[in-house]
Amino acid sequence: MTKIIEPDKRTNIFRRPSSEYGFWSWVTTVDHKKIGIMYGYAAFFFLLVGGLEALILRIQLAQPDSSFLSAAEYNAMFTMHGTTMVFLAIMPISAAFFNYLLPLQIGARDVAFPRLNALSFWLWVAGGLFLYSTFIFGTAGAPEGGYLAEEVGWLGNAPSGGWFGYQPNAGFKYSPGTAMDYWAIGLQILGISSLVSAFNFIVTILNMRTKGMRLMRMPVFTWMTFAVAFLLAFSLPIIAIALFYVTFDRQFGTSFFLTEGGGDPILWQHLFWLFGHPEVYILILPAFGIVSEILPTFSRKPLFGYAAIVFAGFGIAFVGFGVWAHHMFASAISPVAQAGFGLSTMVIAVPTGVKIFNWLGTIWGGKLNLKTPMLFALGFIGMFVIGGLSGVTHSIVPADTQQTDTYYIVAHFHYVLFGGALFGIFGGLYYWFPKVWGKMYNETLGQIHFWLMTIGMNLTFGPMHWLGLQGQVRRTWVYAEETNLGFWNLIVTIGAFILGLSIIVFMANWIYSKRKGEKAPFDPWDARTIEWTIPSPTPVWNFSKAPDIKSLDDFWHAKYDEDEEGRAVRKDTADALLLELEEEGLNPKEVIELPNPSYFPIILAFGLPFLGYAVIYRSISLALAGIVLLLVGSFGWAIEPLEEEFSMKEEEE
Amino acid sequence: MSSGHEYPHESTGVETRKLGMWVFLSTEVLFFGTLITTFLLFKGRNFPGIKLTDVYDIPFTSISSFILLMSSLTMVLAHNALENEDQEKTRVWLLATAMLGAIFLAGQIYEFTEFYHKGFELSTNIFSSTFYVLTGFHGLHVFIGVVFLIALWAIGQRQQGLSLDRGMNLEFIALYWHFVDIVWIVLFTVVYLI
Repeated sequence: MTKIIEPDKRTNIFRRPSSEYGFWSWVTTVDHKKIGIMYGYAAFFFLLVGGLEALILRIQLAQPDSSFLSAAEYNAMFTMHGTTMVFLAIMPISAAFFNYLLPLQIGARDVAFPRLNALSFWLWVAGGLFLYSTFIFGTAGAPEGGYLAEEVGWLGNAPSGGWFGYQPNAGFKYSPGTAMDYWAIGLQILGISSLVSAFNFIVTILNMRTKGMRLMRMPVFTWMTFAVAFLLAFSLPIIAIALFYVTFDRQFGTSFFLTEGGGDPILWQHLFWLFGHPEVYILILPAFGIVSEILPTFSRKPLFGYAAIVFAGFGIAFVGFGVWAHHMFASAISPVAQAGFGLSTMVIAVPTGVKIFNWLGTIWGGKLNLKTPMLFALGFIGMFVIGGLSGVTHSIVPADTQQTDTYYIVAHFHYVLFGGALFGIFGGLYYWFPKVWGKMYNETLGQIHFWLMTIGMNLTFGPMHWLGLQGQVRRTWVYAEETNLGFWNLIVTIGAFILGLSIIVFMANWIYSKRKGEKAPFDPWDARTIEWTIPSPTPVWNFSKAPDIKSLDDFWHAKYDEDEEGRAVRKDTADALLLELEEEGLNPKEVIELPNPSYFPIILAFGLPFLGYAVIYRSISLALAGIVLLLVGSFGWAIEPLEEEFSMKEEEE
Repeated sequence: MSSGHEYPHESTGVETRKLGMWVFLSTEVLFFGTLITTFLLFKGRNFPGIKLTDVYDIPFTSISSFILLMSSLTMVLAHNALENEDQEKTRVWLLATAMLGAIFLAGQIYEFTEFYHKGFELSTNIFSSTFYVLTGFHGLHVFIGVVFLIALWAIGQRQQGLSLDRGMNLEFIALYWHFVDIVWIVLFTVVYLI
């Protein structure tokens, strides 16, 4: 049984790191669970930063004629808020779920390429730090005819062209400082990170499924991960090229988006939204997946219309590539294009509606167990429907030209991304908390969090609909007393602070429960998918032996039978089965080989920011530093020994 | 990469790294697609100034294109030699492929310098910018491919030689190389011929 492998003598300088605990075990880890946890914490940190930026914006807008921020600072804050929330908060929190759960849900030992997975994470960290280093090294600059340099301040030394970076405003002429370069190159690095993880997840789902895990037996969350990975793989190349063009325009004097040199600013809008609209589904589909796991578990019914939900997810992903120009109805596009994109925007509501009705069908007549994850899932449906319906109003072109660039739009996409994506994410965080930490979260605090967040969210984003229809312009820095917009703006600000409070409750719950929470059983929710058949917290090796899947919701069918009326009846053997699973999960019978940790992903990842700085500051030495890191990283990666395998049971025997 | 013994390694039956390469190449199609779309968009525009058609030399580029296409043939021969377990021939054909790629790159550098001297610079106008970014992006891919091929050749010098089952796989690099060649067929047609 013992399997001790002598390290390859010739490659001793490339011995792989072996610490299992402490700092280095996290830096060098290739374990999908550790990477998922790191993604989660780092993304939550950026969620707090982005939230703080939002609160700063709301303080400025709480009263008419406010002078809390200068225009330059305000522009920087809303740009960083949007960019942070999209690329540094919601996308990576979803990535945390993908990383942690995907291999568990398909019964795999790890993802297909564990080191590439670590590379994705470190690239993301490198990109985020690079983007935020603009506050230290970047400058906003003072464009001709724009605000003055002394108005910029410390907060203003950040990109200020909006998260959509419209041209030529984000070009060199109107954004002369280096801040916008930090934005373009930072997003480039973040994009590479997401592309790498997309390859990894696609291949993992296609190739790493356990015995009997056919595609149509996969949990819906896995299916949505699959759809998101395809969206990432096919939309990020477009924005990558567009960002190349921006960097070339700003640094090397080309004019892809500048009319002076024959370029076309509308091209930027097309390329950006051709990525940007699929991006919306990249943000929301993971939440769809999470909710589709929570609802059946807490309704004690199977998911209504499994196949329909799966195909609707892919329908959304597919049509999502054909609706981008509805962001551009106010730009110069032809009436035919407007009609076409208006129609496709209506069409995409259909698969979305299919999902909503399937979720309603799932809870219909179910025995609802209103625990915190379920509350968030139900809240998700309610909030998302509001955001979805206001979204459909944008497909009517004349109405949209009224609503464009007003707070109505801001209200719409926050209902979708906050009420939708974030509610789903919080539901998921509570749902899988016991699996990740082996402790139960505090239910009372969880419920307080849910209600505070629901109230805060509706107070914040509800009145924005009215403000928008009354004509408050989006990205407006200050409004006059006479506009009578003051009252609702104050309410919105109060709502935003309630949201801040709810996040504090969440954090308190998390920290308290992680330390002092009750010990969690390994199947606390009487759940359906196979990640609940293993101990909590998940052992390093995941499954002691490869699970053999016989049907959809395999774990449920192992525990329950149906009576003549189709009601679930718990099998007599269920309790014995659970005991057996626990015993088996904690004590693997054979040597399990796990992928080795590696230093090289982090080395490779941190080469890219150096190249970014080198482009901005035209520095050969920085470029060389970056190239050295890339070379060391990739060569070390290629030749580090794969043979020296690390066995779980080595030490015992 | 390794997992428990009873684990099926490949649910689809396609080798995992090869599948990864296919997915990667499918996104490469979009990288090049976006660049080509931009090129075509601006190609039809009537903007004053020097154009590619004023400076290019079709016979020269045809020859270098032919050389790049021949490298696909030598790549196939290398793969074939490895299947027949002829390590020496594999190395020879790999080196030949890398050399042909390098000749193509040298031709591209020569061409760029010529254009530059004729006043067709990166920032001259929209036509020059799209040309350099598009063909330069392809050139970068050829360069990376040449590095891969030389690395593979170097690995082949070791005692165990190359194998189709482990390490940096020849088949996997070959997929990439053929893709880069196919892209050049499209680029040559779109940029130079039509």
